[in-house]
Amino acid sequence: MANEGIVILGATSAIARAAAIELGLRGYGLILASRDIEENQALASDVAVRTGANVAALPFEAEDMPGHAAFFARCRDHFGDGLAGVILCFGYLDDQKTAQQDFKIARRTIDVNYTGAVSILELFAAHFEERKKGFICAVSSVAGDRGRQSNYFYGSAKAGLTAYLQGLRNRLFKSGVTVTTVKPGFVDTKMTFGKPNLMLVAPAEKAGKDIVKAALKGKDVVYTPWFWRYIMLIIQHVPETIFKRLKL
Amino acid sequence: MEPFAIQKLSGWGRWPVEECRVYRPEKRRAACDILRTCEGPLIARGLGRSYGDAAVNGGGSVLDYTRLNRMLAFDSDTGVLECEAGVSLAEILDVFVPRGFFLPVLPGTKFVTVGGAIANDIHGKNHHVDGTFSRYVDQLTLLTPAGETLTCSPAENSGVFWATAGGIGLTGLILSARLRLRPIQTAYVKADYVRASNIDEALAVMNRSDERYTYSVGWVDCLSKGARLGRSVLMRANLAAPGDVPHGADPLRPRKKRAKTVPLDFPAFVLNPLSIKAFNSLLYAVYPSVEGKIVDFDTYFCPLDSIGHWNRMYGKNGFAQFQATFPYSERGGLVALLELIGKSSCASFLAVLKRMGAQGPGMLSYPSEGYTITLDIPMRRNLVEILRKMELLVLEHGGRMYAAKDATALPESFAAMYPRLDEFREVKARLDPDNRFSSTQSRRLGITPAREDDHGK
Ligand SMILES: Cc1cc2nc3c(=O)[nH]c(=O)nc-3n(C[C@H](O)[C@H](O)[C@H](O)COP(=O)(O)OP(=O)(O)OC[C@H]3O[C@@H](n4cnc5c(N)ncnc54)[C@H](O)[C@@H]3O)c2cc1C
Ligand SMILES: NC(=O)c1ccc[n+]([C@@H]2O[C@H](COP(=O)([O-])OP(=O)(O)OC[C@H]3O[C@@H](n4cnc5c(N)ncnc54)[C@H](OP(=O)(O)O)[C@@H]3O)[C@@H](O)[C@H]2O)c1
Repeated sequence: MANEGIVILGATSAIARAAAIELGLRGYGLILASRDIEENQALASDVAVRTGANVAALPFEAEDMPGHAAFFARCRDHFGDGLAGVILCFGYLDDQKTAQQDFKIARRTIDVNYTGAVSILELFAAHFEERKKGFICAVSSVAGDRGRQSNYFYGSAKAGLTAYLQGLRNRLFKSGVTVTTVKPGFVDTKMTFGKPNLMLVAPAEKAGKDIVKAALKGKDVVYTPWFWRYIMLIIQHVPETIFKRLKL
Repeated sequence: MEPFAIQKLSGWGRWPVEECRVYRPEKRRAACDILRTCEGPLIARGLGRSYGDAAVNGGGSVLDYTRLNRMLAFDSDTGVLECEAGVSLAEILDVFVPRGFFLPVLPGTKFVTVGGAIANDIHGKNHHVDGTFSRYVDQLTLLTPAGETLTCSPAENSGVFWATAGGIGLTGLILSARLRLRPIQTAYVKADYVRASNIDEALAVMNRSDERYTYSVGWVDCLSKGARLGRSVLMRANLAAPGDVPHGADPLRPRKKRAKTVPLDFPAFVLNPLSIKAFNSLLYAVYPSVEGKIVDFDTYFCPLDSIGHWNRMYGKNGFAQFQATFPYSERGGLVALLELIGKSSCASFLAVLKRMGAQGPGMLSYPSEGYTITLDIPMRRNLVEILRKMELLVLEHGGRMYAAKDATALPESFAAMYPRLDEFREVKARLDPDNRFSSTQSRRLGITPAREDDHGK
């Protein structure tokens, strides 16, 4: 793993941070990518001080899709042949009601969670496919497992991401590149802080470690914590005639 | 607008409990936004290890700083770590002990933040030789109540620096600090355990030979009376040398013990005078006098940390902790306090005794020369009454109480115990004329004016 490097997209997420520290401790070099340049620098210093890893901070904006190719080129040049994988952590959740009234917000939800993710992952995919090695890991969500009135813009974009990753996994299988879909339940981050009625909220460190484990092992689909697989199994099997009446 | 949660908050003693608006920023900019936009008074909170109401703000806002815990730079030549105030001492130890650096001051738990350590200007078992935490803070950055970022150190803006060290969060938000870590060769101490059959003997041993030890502390059995009043086990130690460490062990990486956790609140009857008496006797029995015992850091410095949520042992009603220092000339006060505790049989699970060194420059910094004693009192009907008696006794003997352990003291007492309060108030008035920063504690102690919502409390 010496000289191997991993790119983390959306580094200001607490989950991403935990994953970065875990990878740093395992000896990987890192690029932390975020649209928030100032915070990203503090996070990069933190991971470097804590783990001794080589950490670079690069600006990255998911919605700036025309800029993705240049961003990808910088990552490739930075690690050269050592580019081992990418972990996508960015995501965007805004208030559902506001988004219903303002399509710009609905649109951004789709652009960040789905279109932006596809745009950047296609570049990594092509690169890894050609070299016949590498891994792709992306954080989707249990919210993509079934649409609900309380967050269906976000949920549908994550559902799109999940299906995209499925297809990509299928495509890259023959080149030995793994694609991992991570579906967290509720995680204690700034995305959820202060929201009422959350249950079984997991620490961000736990999610971060689970992501690293799954990504490095090349797992297909993991839920974190694991029991969400069964919760979602039940939720997915509620007949639509009933589900549509529920306040969820 | 930054998101917040309405939460019922308390200190580590789980009493008193108040409803607060809690913010938990993950970015520095968000912290600044909260200061600008939040309603009512604001106070920072670290890991909530103060026992009373220091990091609680009934009817106001609390800014949980624990997510701003980035380590920003480390210089291995000087041992200087620059980090955000939300970094915990536990994290610092995890990262730096294996690299041969230790915290110059460590309290009885490592689960406190750098911000909390500065704001209470905490002391460790080495106070008699090494002073308080702030002595090792080369510089800090403060977000002032006016929203400016101010760099302060003992040389630059020193008034603000010494008001902030021990200033229980009232001068603003400590954003980051530069700490001088201490080089070490091992993560062990070489400890001498001495049993003392009563308080006189304990103090005599401490007075005679504390200077030979970097670390010194005693566990006191508060329940024994008469000739055995204050019988103790003194635990004094110096850092161990590499040659002292057991063969085959890595001197900087002692084996980690698995943490246990108290999963549920104990019913109140579990800790009663009888069981506590049994515990204290047991403690006295398992620590025979031995010399030169090699003990790992965690076991020596933070024995309670191996039991997560140990505060649940006192039941869901919580408990109070009390800590006071009596000047050396007032050992009679200490004895009177032990007698008072014995008489009211307000059993304490653990009492800790220590000789403190000279007072530092922090205006409201607690540690001052004398004997300090720390004890827990489980919740009971007349808890406030007992605490008040203890407070008056301390006052009478020219002693002082520790804000980190206090939930009940009166403003008059606090003013008498902290003669530099007016000096502190001057700095506060300059930085925060509108009292944007205040806590349940600061209003109760009259450090900041009361608000209308406080009436009846
Ligand atoms: C088991 C145990 C043992 C202890 N042993 C000792 C001991 O040996 N010596 C000792 O001195 N203390 C001891 N303490 C007390 C503890 O060290 C202090 O209460 C410490 O301040 C707790 O830090 P915290 O991060 O939990 O802060 P909190 O308790 O959350 O807050 C404490 C104060 O710091 C302020 N504060 C926190 N963060 C900031 C910030 N970023 N900016 C400005 N102000 C801030 C708060 O406003 C509040 O006034 C012990 C506590 C426990 C539970
Ligand atoms: N928390 C949960 O309960 C939960 C549950 C399931 C799935 N998830 C998913 O987990 C991932 C991490 O989320 P989190 O919980 O840690 O919350 P978060 O802190 O809000 O993380 C979201 C991350 O995405 C970044 N981001 C948003 N819009 C972006 C854009 N246009 N360009 C680049 N980056 C952008 C954010 O950057 P900024 O800091 O600059 O905003 C942040 O780093 C997300 O994909 C989220 O959907 C979370």
